Order: sequence, then structure tokens, then C-alpha cells
Amino acid sequence: MALLPSDFSELEPFAEKWSRATEPERYEVRLSSTMEEMQAFYDAIFPRVQDALAYCDKFPLDDMPEDAIHLLQLLYSFVAVSFAVELWGQPYVPDTRGTSFDRLSAPLP
Amino acid sequence: MAKFPKPTEGTWTDHYPQLNTELVSYEDSISPEFYELERQAVFRQSWLHVGRVEELPRNGSYFTKELPVVGTSIVVTRAMDGQIHAFHNFCRHRGNKLVWTDYPTEEVCGNARQFVCKYHAWRYDLDGACTFVQQEGEFFGIDKSDFGLVPVHCDVFAGFIFVNFAHEPSQSLRDYLGPLLLGVEDYPFHEMTDRYLFRVECRANWKVFADAFMEFYHAPVVHLGQHPSHLRAMINEAGYEAPYYEIEGPHGVVTTAGSLHRGWEMPPENVKPADIATRSGLFGPWETTDLGELPPGINPGNIQPWGLSSFQFFPNFAILIWNQGWYNTHQFWPTSHNTLVFEANVCSVPAKNASERVGREMAAVAFKEYSLQDANTLEATQMGLESRFAEFFPLNDQEVLVRNFHQVVADWVDDYQREHAKG
Repeated sequence: MALLPSDFSELEPFAEKWSRATEPERYEVRLSSTMEEMQAFYDAIFPRVQDALAYCDKFPLDDMPEDAIHLLQLLYSFVAVSFAVELWGQPYVPDTRGTSFDRLSAPLP
Repeated sequence: MAKFPKPTEGTWTDHYPQLNTELVSYEDSISPEFYELERQAVFRQSWLHVGRVEELPRNGSYFTKELPVVGTSIVVTRAMDGQIHAFHNFCRHRGNKLVWTDYPTEEVCGNARQFVCKYHAWRYDLDGACTFVQQEGEFFGIDKSDFGLVPVHCDVFAGFIFVNFAHEPSQSLRDYLGPLLLGVEDYPFHEMTDRYLFRVECRANWKVFADAFMEFYHAPVVHLGQHPSHLRAMINEAGYEAPYYEIEGPHGVVTTAGSLHRGWEMPPENVKPADIATRSGLFGPWETTDLGELPPGINPGNIQPWGLSSFQFFPNFAILIWNQGWYNTHQFWPTSHNTLVFEANVCSVPAKNASERVGREMAAVAFKEYSLQDANTLEATQMGLESRFAEFFPLNDQEVLVRNFHQVVADWVDDYQREHAKG
């Protein structure tokens, strides 16, 4: 069954891995991914970011259909991988392997 | 060539007569004995921020806060009359920790009409009164009214809840904060309920950690990689100057100019593509949130264009108010002489739609990328200091708040020792 709205079917192969509800989950997926995987996801979603934002904006945040929530979570993962792809060339922030910075809570979805 | 004018004395450091320009000892950040003095002289004498009123949304709301630096746990409540209180979190019968779930060491929050001790079922109202003693007749003439929860001095400023562990605080909260910090009072913090909360335990002294959040001299170095690569040489070359510092009592503020903050005014090749796509970045969403008329105190030097003001609430709390219409907080809770818990919040008015939510996500993720760089660097700093192969270190004029911070801690410790020597 499709996770994303049908307008975004070309992103469907990325949804199972990258549509994650919380930042700790998304960050974990980023750290355990290769740069090739992240580049492929980034390249696929980048041209659709504005469409995806416009689609999600049609719904109130507290009453979004499931597939729109998955799309929104995919946008959050785009944000997470953008740092690895655009700046670092690696999943981790350079020179930060000795520490962590845990997000304990945030507005949902 | 200075980008911004300095005070008539020639430097920010010379502007403040209580400061000198000597090398600074960092023994205060590596000595277990000094830390024990700080616990008494600083953390048991000052007003400490412990939370926001929004964390107590209803009468009967409560949260607990573990404060190992003071050697206690507190429970902060909104009683049935709406008043906010703070108490030491233990039962007056035999000292069992009163409010906790599953793990006695973990913080909890919730709603209750009363607290019931898990040990012998003594009960307390949220205003601290002891209301029930199990088998009261077995005791030897005790009066319940003498066994209410032990109160902690508690007051609220601009929705921020502060406590004070002194027997009698030497100043009210407002007198303690003083005009510089009172200047942010009318900022609409209460409307900024979209909150991203972060926490991490780090291996660094609390002051070593706080130091990095009082100066931006490190920013073009530690955070250089956050900029597109073709800009890095220029940013590194330019270094950092703040347009305005102010010190008042133990507290201080540093303000930044806004030119770096305006991604939408920059050529696109100078901005991360994802920042353009989400119209956001470290400095917050590009669309300024209209918060109405803001108190002039948030930009005390009246710097234009203004970027942010970072208000340092002595000893361990900071509020950063950003031009784009949001704020974040930093707090540094020591857990030993060389470890701390770093807590941070990124707060804004509720997002109206998904686009705004994604913009806030970008700001919150960028905040994490930067904070990771700071945290790891500061653990490395602690290691270097602890080698003890040098004691004295130079601080420059952009580190004036760092110099003042260590000076104030030393002064408070001196005062405390002098008073106790008098006996």
C-alpha cells in the first residue's frame, strides 16, 4: 500500500526508510545511511519540495491525512540529510563523534 | 580595523572598571574543591531558572526537577488557587522522595489533586500542606500543620519560573535581575509555545561550556563548515566582532548585527540550497513573525540591522532573542566539577501550516548541528585544561562576558568564604 499521496509516487521508494515521526529516528537513519543513499534521496525530493509543501499546506496541521503526514515527515528527513549532502560529505557533523545532542520533544506531526 | 565603534575607553573590557585585562586562571573549572565552593556560594545563593509557566497549564499541574548541584529534587506546582509553588521533593515522614514514577532519578510531570507518598501514604496538597497521616494516632503528638512540604523560594519573571535555595534570598527576583534583564519582560514569550527541547550530558565544567555561549569569537571557526565552501576563506578572514556588549551586576548581554542573518538578501550561491527550499536556516525562518510592538530592551544597544541579543542570566541560564521573531534558551546544570547537563529550547509561535513547520524544523536541525560542534569542542577544552600544564590563559575583548562571568563567580566565592571565616 502506498505511504505517500499519489502525486508523489516517484518518492514512494524512499518513504519506508525516511518517513519517520521523530527527529531522533530521522537522525538515526541519517547516521546509518551511506552518502550514496542520502544523495539519491536528496536528488529525488529536492525538485519536489515546493510541490510537497504546497500539498501539505492544504490541510490543517492537527488534521492531516496519513499520507500527507508521511510526506511532511519525508520533508523533515530532507532537512536532516541536507546537512550531510550539502555541507559535510558524510553522515556525521565533522569533529562531533564524542558527543550527542538529543531532541526530547517537538511539535507533532 | 574595527567594524563597530568601541566605548570611549577604547575597549569593552576597559569600559568596565571591575574588569582587568590580565591572563585568566582556569583552575576554577578543573578543581573539585572550587566546585564544592560554587555549589554553596553561587547555586545556593542565586535565583535559578527551572521552567516555564506553560509547563504548568492547569491548576493541579506539576513537574519535578533534579538539581544535583544543589543536592535536591524539587517539585514545582500550580496549586488549586492557581498560585505557583516549589517544594523540596521529599516526604516529611521519613524523607522518601515524594513525586516520581518508575525511576526515582528521573524527572516527571503531570496533573494531580494531591501527592501521596509511595512509602507510608502521607498526603500533601499542591500548596504543600500535609493533609493526611496514615495511622495518625500511632504518632506522639505531632501536628500535621508542622509537616508540610519544605518550601523553596519561588517567583516568576515573564513566565520563566525561578527558585532560590538561600534561607532568605538577599534580593527579590526582580532586584536580582536588574534593569538590563527586566528589559525583556514584555516580549511575548507566552505566545511562543511551539517548543523544541534538547538535552545532553557532557564532560565539561559548566563554566567552560557556558563560556562558548557568551562569545561569538569562536563562531567563524568552530562553525565555519556550516557555510558554503567558497565563502569559508572570507568568513574566516573576517573573524567576528559584536556591535554591543553590556554588563550589569552579574548578568550581561551580547548583541549581534543582522547582516549575516538575511539569507533572502544574499546571492543564492552563498546560501545552502535546502535553506532556500525551506526559506529557513540557523537564524530561523526567513519570514519574520509579526509579534507586534516589541520592548526596546530586547535590543539594548539599538543596533540596526539587529541580529540577536543573547541575555546571560547569572549563573547558568541564557535567553537569545532573534530578529526573526523567535527565541531560544540555554541552560548549564553542573553535575560535578567536570560534567554538566546542557538543556536548550527553541521556541516560536505555533506554526500555522506545514510550510512553517518545515521552516522551524530546519532551524531546529541547524541548531543541533551547531550545538554538536560546540559540545564536542568543549569536551576537548576540558581535557586540555585538566592537563594542568598551563594555568593562565588570555581572553580578548570579544570575550568580555567570559571574563566577567569567571570574575563574578570568583567574587561570590570570595564573599562566601569571607562570611564563613567570620563565623
